[in-house]
Amino acid sequence: MRESIIMKIHYGTALGAVALVAVHILMRLSQNFSDSLSYKNVLVNYHLLPYALMLEVILVLLSVHGFNGLRVILLELKQGRSYERAINYGSIAAMAVLIAYGSRTILMAGMGVS
Amino acid sequence: MATVEVPKEEKDAHAASAPQQSEPKTITLRIARINPSEQHEPKFEEFKIPVQKWTTVLEAILFVKQNLDHSVAVRYSCRQASCGSCGMKINGKPRLACYTKISELDSPVITVEPMNNFPIIRDLAVDFKQMFATHKRMKPFVINEESEVKPGTKEFVQKPEDLEKFLQFSYCIKCGLCNSACPTMSTDKSFIGPQGLAQAYRYTADNRDKGKNERLKIVDESHGIWRCHFAGSCSYVCPKGVDPAMAIQLLRGYLLGFGK
Amino acid sequence: MAERLSNREGIKGMANPTRYGMLRVAYWLQRLSGLGLLAYLIGHIYETSTILNGKAAWDNMLSLTETPGGHIVLVIVIGMCVFHTGNGIRVMISEGGKGIGRPGQPEYPYKAVSLSSKQRLCIWVSIALAALAMMYGAGVLFGN
Repeated sequence: MRESIIMKIHYGTALGAVALVAVHILMRLSQNFSDSLSYKNVLVNYHLLPYALMLEVILVLLSVHGFNGLRVILLELKQGRSYERAINYGSIAAMAVLIAYGSRTILMAGMGVS
Repeated sequence: MATVEVPKEEKDAHAASAPQQSEPKTITLRIARINPSEQHEPKFEEFKIPVQKWTTVLEAILFVKQNLDHSVAVRYSCRQASCGSCGMKINGKPRLACYTKISELDSPVITVEPMNNFPIIRDLAVDFKQMFATHKRMKPFVINEESEVKPGTKEFVQKPEDLEKFLQFSYCIKCGLCNSACPTMSTDKSFIGPQGLAQAYRYTADNRDKGKNERLKIVDESHGIWRCHFAGSCSYVCPKGVDPAMAIQLLRGYLLGFGK
Repeated sequence: MAERLSNREGIKGMANPTRYGMLRVAYWLQRLSGLGLLAYLIGHIYETSTILNGKAAWDNMLSLTETPGGHIVLVIVIGMCVFHTGNGIRVMISEGGKGIGRPGQPEYPYKAVSLSSKQRLCIWVSIALAALAMMYGAGVLFGN
C-alpha cells in the first residue's frame, strides 16, 4: 500500500476517533462519574446496541491510528529490510490482537456473558 | 584538552591592525577535532582569540588556521552565505560559519562542531555525498517535452505570480543545515530529508514543469515525505529563507488532493 | 561504528525539544502524548475486560483505578488527549498545505513564514485547552 493511502487512513481514523471519543466521554459525564462506572451501569452501556457498536468503531479507529503512529515512530528509529517488514507486519498483528481482545469484551458483555 | 593562547606579539599585532574605535575582546573558540579513521569521538581544542564585533565564526576559525594551528580542517569558499560550504554546529545549532557573527552569539565561549546527520570527513568538514545523491533523485530540473529550445515553438510564458510560487525555494544553497536540524534525519538514514523534498516541490510548482507525477511517486514512499512531521526545525535554521517546511507541506498538499 | 561515523544525533537528538523553537516542542509533545495515549488505550481495554469476570472482579479493578493515583493518571490522560487532538488538527491542516502562508520573496532576516505566529498560537491554544480540560477533569474526578 502506498504511504499516502496509509497516512490518509491515519488522518481519517484520527478525525473519526475524536468525534466518537467525545461522545464516549460525555456518556461518563451524563451522570455522576463514579456512578457511571458501577457494574450495573457499565453493563447497561454494553447492552445498548448503538453504544456497543460505537465502542467497537472507537476500538477499531484508535487501534489503527495508535499502532500506525507507533509503526511510524519505529520505522524512523531504525532501518533495514527485515526490520521494516517486521515492524509493518508486527503493527498489523498488534492492531488485530487489540481489536480482537476488545471486541471479545464488547460482544460477550453485550450478550450478557458475565 | 589542549589550550592554545595567542602569543603576546600576535595579540599586539592584531590589536594594532584593528580600527581605533573598537577594542578587540578575547573569546574562547572550542573546535571539535576528529579524524574518523583514527578515533570515534571528537576531542575539543581551545583557542583564545581576539575578535571584533563584526568577526564571523569563519574568520575566527581562519584566524586559528593562520596563526595557531593550520591543521584544523574546515570547508569554506565564498564567505558570503552563497556557496553553502561552511555549515557547522555552532554553540549547538547548525549555522553557516561565514554568516554567524561571534557578537550575535553573546557568549565568551564558542563551540564549533561538525554538522550532525552527515558523515564526518575530518574536524568540521562533513560529507555531502548522500544529500547530493538525494537531491539528484528528486529530478531537480524542468521536465517538459515541449522545450522552448525546439525550433518552431514559442517562448514559454511565465507570469510573476507563477514565478513567486517557487522562487524562494530556488534560493537553496545546499548547505545541509536543514538536514542537520531535522529530527527525523537524526535517526532515519533513509529519509529523503527537507533539502530534497523542498527541491522536489520547487520543480513541481514550476508551471513549465510536467514531472509532477514522477516526483510525487518518488516522495510517496515509506521514507519519503510522510516522515516529515512539520517540526519546522529545517525552516528555523535555513540561512536563506527557503522555508523547506512550507515547501514540504505544499508538496504534501498535492498528495492529499489539496494542491492544484 | 558506521552509525557513529555518520554522526547522526540519534534518539537523543530526535527527543530533544529545545533549540529549534515552538514547533519542535509541539512535535515532541505530540509524539510523547501519542505514545502515552496508546499505552492508556491498551490498559483501558484490559481493565474493561474484567467486566466479563463478574461484579467482584470489576469492583476489584475499580478499587485499583478509582484511587487518587488512578485519578492523577486519568487527569494526565485527559491532558494528553486534548493536546494530541488540538495539535493533531493543526498539523493535519498544515500538512495539507493550508495555514502555512504563501511562498514569496524572502527578505532579510529571512524569518520562515511557515513558522508564523499563527502556528505558534495554535500550539499555545492546544496547550491551554489541555490545561483547562485537565482542571475540569480533576474537578470531576476528585469532586466525587
